[in-house]
Amino acid sequence: MTSLSPTDLAIRYGFLLLMAGMIVVFSLLKPAFLSPQSAVFILQSVAITGILALGVTATLVVDGFDLSIGAVATSAMMLSAYVMVIWEMGALTAVVLCLLMGAAVGLINGFLIVKMRVPDLLATLGMMFLLVGLQRIPTAGNSISTGMVLADGRTATGTFAPEFLMLGRHRIDFILPDLVPLSVVVLVVIAVLTWVFLELTRHGRVMYAIGSNAQAAALAGINVAGYRVLAYVISGVMASLGGILLAARLGRGDVASGNNLLLDSVAAALIGFAVLGAAKPNAFGTAVGALFVGILLQGLTMLNAPYYTQDFIKGAVLVVALVFTFALSGRSGRARR
Amino acid sequence: MAAQSITVRGLTKAFGRNIVLRGVDLDLPAGQVTVLMGANGAGKSTLVKILCGVHSADAGEVRLDGRPFAPSGPAAALRQGVVTVHQNINDGVVPDLDVASNLLLDSLADGSGLFLNRRQMRAEAERIADAVGLKIDVTRPVAGLPLADRQLVAIARAMAHRPRLLILDEPTSSLSLAEAQRLFSLIDRLRQDGVAILYISHRMSDIRRLADRIVSMRDGQVSGLFEGKPLDYSGAVRAMLGHEITEVDITIPPPGAPMFEARGLRLKPEAQPFDLVLRRNEVVALTGLVGSGKSALAEVLYGIAVPVAGDMRLDGAPYRPRRPAQAVAAGVFLAAKDRLINSVIPQFDIQQNLTLPFTARHSGPLGLIRRAAERAAAERTIAAMGVVCQGPRDGILTLSGGNQQKVVVGRWMAEASRLLILDEPFQGVDIQARRDIGRRIRESALDRATLVLCAEIDEALEVADRILVMSEHTIVGAHRNESIDLARLMAEVAGAADRTKEPA
Repeated sequence: MTSLSPTDLAIRYGFLLLMAGMIVVFSLLKPAFLSPQSAVFILQSVAITGILALGVTATLVVDGFDLSIGAVATSAMMLSAYVMVIWEMGALTAVVLCLLMGAAVGLINGFLIVKMRVPDLLATLGMMFLLVGLQRIPTAGNSISTGMVLADGRTATGTFAPEFLMLGRHRIDFILPDLVPLSVVVLVVIAVLTWVFLELTRHGRVMYAIGSNAQAAALAGINVAGYRVLAYVISGVMASLGGILLAARLGRGDVASGNNLLLDSVAAALIGFAVLGAAKPNAFGTAVGALFVGILLQGLTMLNAPYYTQDFIKGAVLVVALVFTFALSGRSGRARR
Repeated sequence: MAAQSITVRGLTKAFGRNIVLRGVDLDLPAGQVTVLMGANGAGKSTLVKILCGVHSADAGEVRLDGRPFAPSGPAAALRQGVVTVHQNINDGVVPDLDVASNLLLDSLADGSGLFLNRRQMRAEAERIADAVGLKIDVTRPVAGLPLADRQLVAIARAMAHRPRLLILDEPTSSLSLAEAQRLFSLIDRLRQDGVAILYISHRMSDIRRLADRIVSMRDGQVSGLFEGKPLDYSGAVRAMLGHEITEVDITIPPPGAPMFEARGLRLKPEAQPFDLVLRRNEVVALTGLVGSGKSALAEVLYGIAVPVAGDMRLDGAPYRPRRPAQAVAAGVFLAAKDRLINSVIPQFDIQQNLTLPFTARHSGPLGLIRRAAERAAAERTIAAMGVVCQGPRDGILTLSGGNQQKVVVGRWMAEASRLLILDEPFQGVDIQARRDIGRRIRESALDRATLVLCAEIDEALEVADRILVMSEHTIVGAHRNESIDLARLMAEVAGAADRTKEPA
């Protein structure tokens, strides 16, 4: 082992130290911050942004970006509510349709970027606007809940299936009774799967190669276009899964919810670059980044900081994380090219 | 004797430890076209960049009409009458603006006044366009013009500065024959007007049409000056390529059965078709000038491009790859040139770079990579290629250029292939790495056909059993690598324009 200089140490452990420091400060200011209830709250909010962030990580790995994840998630929320409340179908149908919708959006994003040569930021930005509008058309802009009055005067009588609501609300006994929300279990499973896929399989390896030098990857016989599309499909499916969890937690299709999903999950994925000095998108870093954002928001909420202050601090933290990644580490192939 | 427009004496330039120009002496007389030839890395583009003010020289002196000339930047060079039209045409024009704005761009950039007088601009622009014989509606946007017109706009824009020296860097590389003719007649007019012209090109047909003098460069020095009629074109090419007979002696093994056969292969619509047979246990080098079609052939063989015409067979079966993945699956591998652009994955370590094309061979169910097998394969290649490193997990960018090259070449030798194509495998490596790579290519050649593309004849002589010469996108010569007639080989590299008809 070679010894590490102070700069190396700062790059490698700086963000973990910052997170520990944040927990200490919040605990001193608000002792309730350390309570199990607060931890559960953090984990629950982390679950949805974390899953979205893991999806966006897949697109970052191939040197792309997906701005449509927030809109895909809220679309999935509205779709699942529509399926169960208005069409009166079951939980399984709702989940399957949402995941298919996410995959379809990912395919379209990939098609626009790979075949139509639209720059990734613009293609997914357009898709975001499109979905934000589309998800409101069926209900003329109204939220969906049981008992709502439809356009033709009928009353919606369908209800959210209990097994669907479990996804967002059920808690598992873990040391304390009713401690760990089911959605957090989903997050952990997804995070482990993403980590294994990106770090341990040849597909992940090849995707990192594409992100680092797409031309060289293509000349090595790799199907660059196919893997790019795959990354957007992964992102779309993960985002729709996040939307399902959101719907299950709220128990309604709420047009006002999910506005912060994009910022929070992109911040988590980009903060992930700085964790352990990886200087590249990675699943572990993204999970830690999501936890970081969750702790920050919970702490600020408990200190009664208004939402705009929270947005400001999130943005500032994101900028600091990017400085960590690109300026200090200086070994990012991406930043140098 | 024409007046000396530009004189260069003892020009020296280094980038870090890399010495690019080693005391260049050069005269560019007014009213004459001086053609500058030189292989990649000979120092041509550095010389041009000093003349047009992009770089400043470390030592030596440039005089323009007798006065010292040391421009502080491209704009200063332009003001003093040194005009450069770059290879990449879009460097010289702003595609989104109309022709008139482009022609007047320099005066717009440093002119005074806030508002544009459209009518006055248009009249001025038409006068400038007329001066170079460009008949065109000056209100059209440049983006909508054909390539040749864009280039004329770039030249016309430059001509507004009453140039003393016009530098043209490979100006015909993207022009059709008719468009090139238009450019040539413009050059003739400027020559009569007493402008000194420095013309950089490898196209022998252009050079025969235009050159009054030829200057050859090699390794940062002028290696030959050719004047008077008739010009010694072969001598100029020889001076540019140079050659030292190296002590490598090749034992040519008995050639095996044909592995790859092409019949009537045509790489460009206007190129002559050719046949190509590559055998097992045979290393064939393909040499030729920049732009002679070597890389175009590699692209066809590797499924990046489709030939205009012709049949290809690999190991007896029809072969027509549409993607590199299909070529690799058929056993045709390409180690590409320009490793930092085409081969190296900068974020990966040596091991990951080595196994990149063959991750499927090192992974089990669900695509999980078998780390131990991967590492063992990497260590075998590191040993076989003689890569100097601490271990397979070192970052690729921590290696020297020669060792990086061993990694990206070794990548394709780790698995058995039917046809291995190596495009400039000795590019940017030191002599030891060059020997190591060449030895490894030869000792592993038994069961495959091997095609090495190299512009340097020395390299071809060091590595090949047979040397093919390419020119104007066709094969113009074949030599068995023993007691080679170097003069003839050089003439084939240079004189292929004899075979095509001279432009009228």
